[in-house]
Amino acid sequence: MITDIITIIKDYWLLLLIGQYPNGPLGGLANTLILSALSIALAFPISILFALARLSKWRALRWPVTALVYITRGVPLLMLVLWSYFLVPLLTGADVPSFVTMLTTLVIYQGAFLSEVVRGGIVALGHGQMEAAKALGHSYLGAMRFIILPQALYNMIPSIISTFVSTIKDTTIGYVINVPDLTFAASQVNNQLLTQPFQVFLILAIVYYAICWSLTQVADVIERRITRRRAGPSRAAVATLAPPKILSEQP
Amino acid sequence: MSGFDLSAILKDPASVAMLLHGIEMTFVIFAGSWLLAMTLAITLLSIRFSQFRLGEYSVAAYVSYHRNVPTLVQLMLWYFGIFTLMPNGLTSWLSAHNAETIFAIIGLGLCQAAYFSEDLRSGLRSVSPGQMEAAKALGHGYLSAMRFVILPQGVRNALPPLINHSVSLFKNSSLAIIIGAPELTHAVKEIENLSFRTFEIYLIGTVLYLFFSLLIMGAGAYLSLRADPVRRARA
Repeated sequence: MITDIITIIKDYWLLLLIGQYPNGPLGGLANTLILSALSIALAFPISILFALARLSKWRALRWPVTALVYITRGVPLLMLVLWSYFLVPLLTGADVPSFVTMLTTLVIYQGAFLSEVVRGGIVALGHGQMEAAKALGHSYLGAMRFIILPQALYNMIPSIISTFVSTIKDTTIGYVINVPDLTFAASQVNNQLLTQPFQVFLILAIVYYAICWSLTQVADVIERRITRRRAGPSRAAVATLAPPKILSEQP
Repeated sequence: MSGFDLSAILKDPASVAMLLHGIEMTFVIFAGSWLLAMTLAITLLSIRFSQFRLGEYSVAAYVSYHRNVPTLVQLMLWYFGIFTLMPNGLTSWLSAHNAETIFAIIGLGLCQAAYFSEDLRSGLRSVSPGQMEAAKALGHGYLSAMRFVILPQGVRNALPPLINHSVSLFKNSSLAIIIGAPELTHAVKEIENLSFRTFEIYLIGTVLYLFFSLLIMGAGAYLSLRADPVRRARA
């Protein structure tokens, strides 16, 4: 069994790492990581806009975003992926690669999800910060930009990392529309070997585990550091402060 | 392809039958894996609280594996991998009895057990140790203190994440399409292939999923209200 696994890794490591890159599209693990990093990088600014819209006093801003958040919470990601696969080429009128389709879906999905985290972070700061900032002459946007968001976003770093982890796990769903990622590469290997499906998918599971586990550890360390910093110099206050809540959605 | 027309699907008895069967199978998978997950979660939790070092480590490893590997990969490992390693008699029995659905239930259930057991654990840990001491001081035994003092508070604290994760489980049942289980997403894809009315059938599928998810969230909110004596008295 173990020798089988080592042989598979020896024969196919390049395919699992970068797909058929020089001769075909970039794939494998590299593509999985690029896809998730891009999704989070694009979803992050969108989530701040969504959160500000949800906290806005205008219904025209609040309601559509609230509806979007409920839709992403209530509809499976797979269904949303199928929607984009159908709608994105229809709306843009071009033959869009499946990578872009998956990226669009993940940006909207994680944007809506992260917006709840941002909103939670802003609400958790309390009214006092905003009132104090206004008393000092800041406008609403100025207070958000210089006082509220820097604090809220700093406290949210662990949640952002755990959202990154769930994004990595969510990219596997691109398998249904043939996004050339790690899962796709593994099933290619499986189709070539035919006789060792267990070994191939075990390797796949181990690789995902290694990546997601290490990122989760990083999030834990940062979270502990933030809790300490927020507690200030007095150690006794640590017990009374609620630890920042890590919201984690599983794919 | 003609214009938008929902009735083309909703008036076609074959499509409606497929949709209903899809909903039924989605609920079979959801209910089956929920029960499996909850049973397993309670078992894992008792092992973890038993102060038995090796047991604790193995539960931690179990939870870590199921939380850090994508659910889809876990399902693939079960259906494409472990299924083929099983003895022949078992394989043929499973194939005759809807193996896809059974593996969807096993895969999703085992994965969800990790989340449920963590939810329950953090719920129970949030009950302060003073509660146990106070209950003992009042003459409760360990079991009776658990039954009347610790568990009611701990489970109440655990309810919100348990409800969220139940909704995720319901949504994740759609992943069973990868291994070919005949659930709702599968039915949607099949009707799409037959009728070419992609927009309409996706809309129907989305509305159905949204409806049931909101139903589960609503039921959960009601349950949390019932479980909280303070809010119940006020309501």
